[in-house]
Amino acid sequence: MQILKLIFKNAFRHKLRTGLTVLGITIAVLAFGLLRTVISAWYAGVEASSATRLITRNAVSLVFFLPISYREKIRQVPGVTEVGYSVWFGGVYITEKNFFPNFATDAKTALDLYPEFVLPENQKKAFLRDRKGAVVGVKTAERFGWKIGDPVTLKGTIFPGNWEFIIRGIYHGARKSTDETQFFFHWNYLNETLRKTAPYRADKVGWYLVGVKSPDMAADVAVAIDRLFRNSLAETITETEKAFQLSFISMTEAIVMVIRLVSYIVIAIIMAVMANTMAMTVRERMGEYSIMKTLGFGGFYIAGLIFGESLVIAATGSALGIILTFPAAGIFGDSLSQYFPVFIVSRLTIYMDMAAGLIIAVVAAILPTRRAIKVRIAEGLRRIG
Amino acid sequence: MAVPIFYSFRNLWTRRLTTVLTAAGMALVVFVFASVLMLAEGLQKTLIETGSYDNVIVIRKGSQSEMQSGIDRTQAAIVETEPGVANGKNGNPLLARELVVIINLPKRGSSKLSNITIRGTGEPSLALRPQVKLLEGRMPRPGSSEIIAGRSVAERFRGAGIGETLRFAMRDWRVVGIFDAGSTAYSSEIWGDADQLMQAFRRQAYSSVLFRLRDPSEFREVKKKIENDPRLTLEAKRETTYYKDQSEMMAKFLRILGITLTVIFSLGAMIGAMITMYAAVANRTAEIGTLRALGFRRRSILAAFLVESILLGLVGGLTGLFLASFMQFITVSTVNWQTFSELAFSFTLTFRIACRAIAFSLVMGLIGGALPAVRASRMNIVDAIRTG
Repeated sequence: MQILKLIFKNAFRHKLRTGLTVLGITIAVLAFGLLRTVISAWYAGVEASSATRLITRNAVSLVFFLPISYREKIRQVPGVTEVGYSVWFGGVYITEKNFFPNFATDAKTALDLYPEFVLPENQKKAFLRDRKGAVVGVKTAERFGWKIGDPVTLKGTIFPGNWEFIIRGIYHGARKSTDETQFFFHWNYLNETLRKTAPYRADKVGWYLVGVKSPDMAADVAVAIDRLFRNSLAETITETEKAFQLSFISMTEAIVMVIRLVSYIVIAIIMAVMANTMAMTVRERMGEYSIMKTLGFGGFYIAGLIFGESLVIAATGSALGIILTFPAAGIFGDSLSQYFPVFIVSRLTIYMDMAAGLIIAVVAAILPTRRAIKVRIAEGLRRIG
Repeated sequence: MAVPIFYSFRNLWTRRLTTVLTAAGMALVVFVFASVLMLAEGLQKTLIETGSYDNVIVIRKGSQSEMQSGIDRTQAAIVETEPGVANGKNGNPLLARELVVIINLPKRGSSKLSNITIRGTGEPSLALRPQVKLLEGRMPRPGSSEIIAGRSVAERFRGAGIGETLRFAMRDWRVVGIFDAGSTAYSSEIWGDADQLMQAFRRQAYSSVLFRLRDPSEFREVKKKIENDPRLTLEAKRETTYYKDQSEMMAKFLRILGITLTVIFSLGAMIGAMITMYAAVANRTAEIGTLRALGFRRRSILAAFLVESILLGLVGGLTGLFLASFMQFITVSTVNWQTFSELAFSFTLTFRIACRAIAFSLVMGLIGGALPAVRASRMNIVDAIRTG
């Protein structure tokens, strides 16, 4: 018990220095937590994907389409429960800055295949009945102040022209990790217009969304689908939704890597600061340690004192940092919602924060402890300041 | 009378461990600061050098990139008759109808796919882009399944080296040449005959029309003519503007990330400097008292401690910059969200960035040392001497 008291007394002896160090650690842990959250936001799509959904797309790349006739063929593959399809519409609302993902999709199956998009029954019916109807996520609706029944015009970038829609439904996510920024409307609306304006682009879809009976059938079904279309004009690649999302992320892997690296650098910076604090503290107390040694306290006791002090300071800073992470992530997430639809501090991030604090404390104490233990008593007593 | 600089220097030398740790913290901050600036500079350089000022690119109205655009043969032919187009050496207009599509290719040494831009080119395409040079091999023969690959594609993607074949769009394409386009976006592309590629991909329309202006100052008139022509649904942009728009989102992202990180990190490092300097002042109370008793002014004491702290910053800044200069060997390749295709660029160190990094480190040292230096200069002579 005595040693604990001594550790706390020691830690806060130099109020200014300890205060500054704690502040530094708070900032570092806060920055580390935010950077980690950015990384997990990057992977949010992967987390939210379901194991019973497959995505079939053109083998050449996503910019090439697949004929609508594939739908019936895919549906006949054993193990397939439902087949939906979508087209990335890439529409722009007023200016390019107002980005949100928008798709033309087969309305009926889309809502069945995505149970995590929660839509009230009456809105669902209204959407299915209206050819120009659209459903939008609650985050995007709030961003532009859209209400049910509002007309919305998107300017097409891939499909030229102004496209008019009427908001018929606003969905909520079933889970926290569900993307609430999407906008989708009837593929039929797009297709009928294309038949008139650009017939050679009609009757095509960007990708198929295939529901399978159980996750362990997914691999076999994927192979079976790809085999169906081998050596055709539009060969396919079928993969699980997770793999599909991961392939997107791997394209921007370099950026994720940089952020990851930088998150370790911030810990390294604060480690240097903390080690400095401990080094100065130990240098000043060399005389005290020598006296303790004279009284018969062993090296372990002194090491315990120094490590304990380092831990107390680091723990205080980390705790403050972790507490501040939540409001900071809230503000950050709001201002970056168009880049990251899902921005939540995960439990893993908190554990990593704690681990970072612990590592800072331990590493910072190693060198000073070695010095304090090694110093000869007479030399330590002679030393001033 | 000023305290000699040597005094400040010796002080840092005496407390080596503390000096090294503090400077290391600052060095890391300067390293991050310089690296982010270098990255943004590299990206910008790549995309700005990609375009030429007197080239005009024509894409379909409303589309943001060549990828989304489509221009059918009739419209392309109308643009070709535009009198503002310059003529090449052989008398034909310096105008290329191009096709741009994206395909997935696996990287060398892994099965990961990435998006690669394939550009279907015409005969004038090379003349329109003086920055593109054939490094090895030869140009593809028109009407054949031959392609040439950009240097960074050839290095990083499986089957893209010279003499190798790539399979896409149900055909095998032989790589007959490697071209180098410096640090421009073209280095991340594959080129082939536009008409062959259109057939293979079953595309009915070109993606863009690129031409050289007869007179660069005529841009406004040419743009107006193309955009107001009732037969055309196209828009014309200077090539430089086009490429600048392409990188806007990415550059903004890098800027926000860089500034946020640097601000947060520098707070940490300044706190480190402050701790060190406060300790330096506290340990030397008696010394400061003696200096004052010897007749040194408060101002001189203040200056001496500021110099010490700025020296600390300089050591950190130089170390950080030294480390950051090695980043120039690294090439970053990532997918540009706006064009959805692979783009390679490298960290670029310029004199301006070096100056900014050093200035930044000095400011960090100055701010970190300001409060402790003030405390040192405010000490009462008698009290200070007594503490010894």
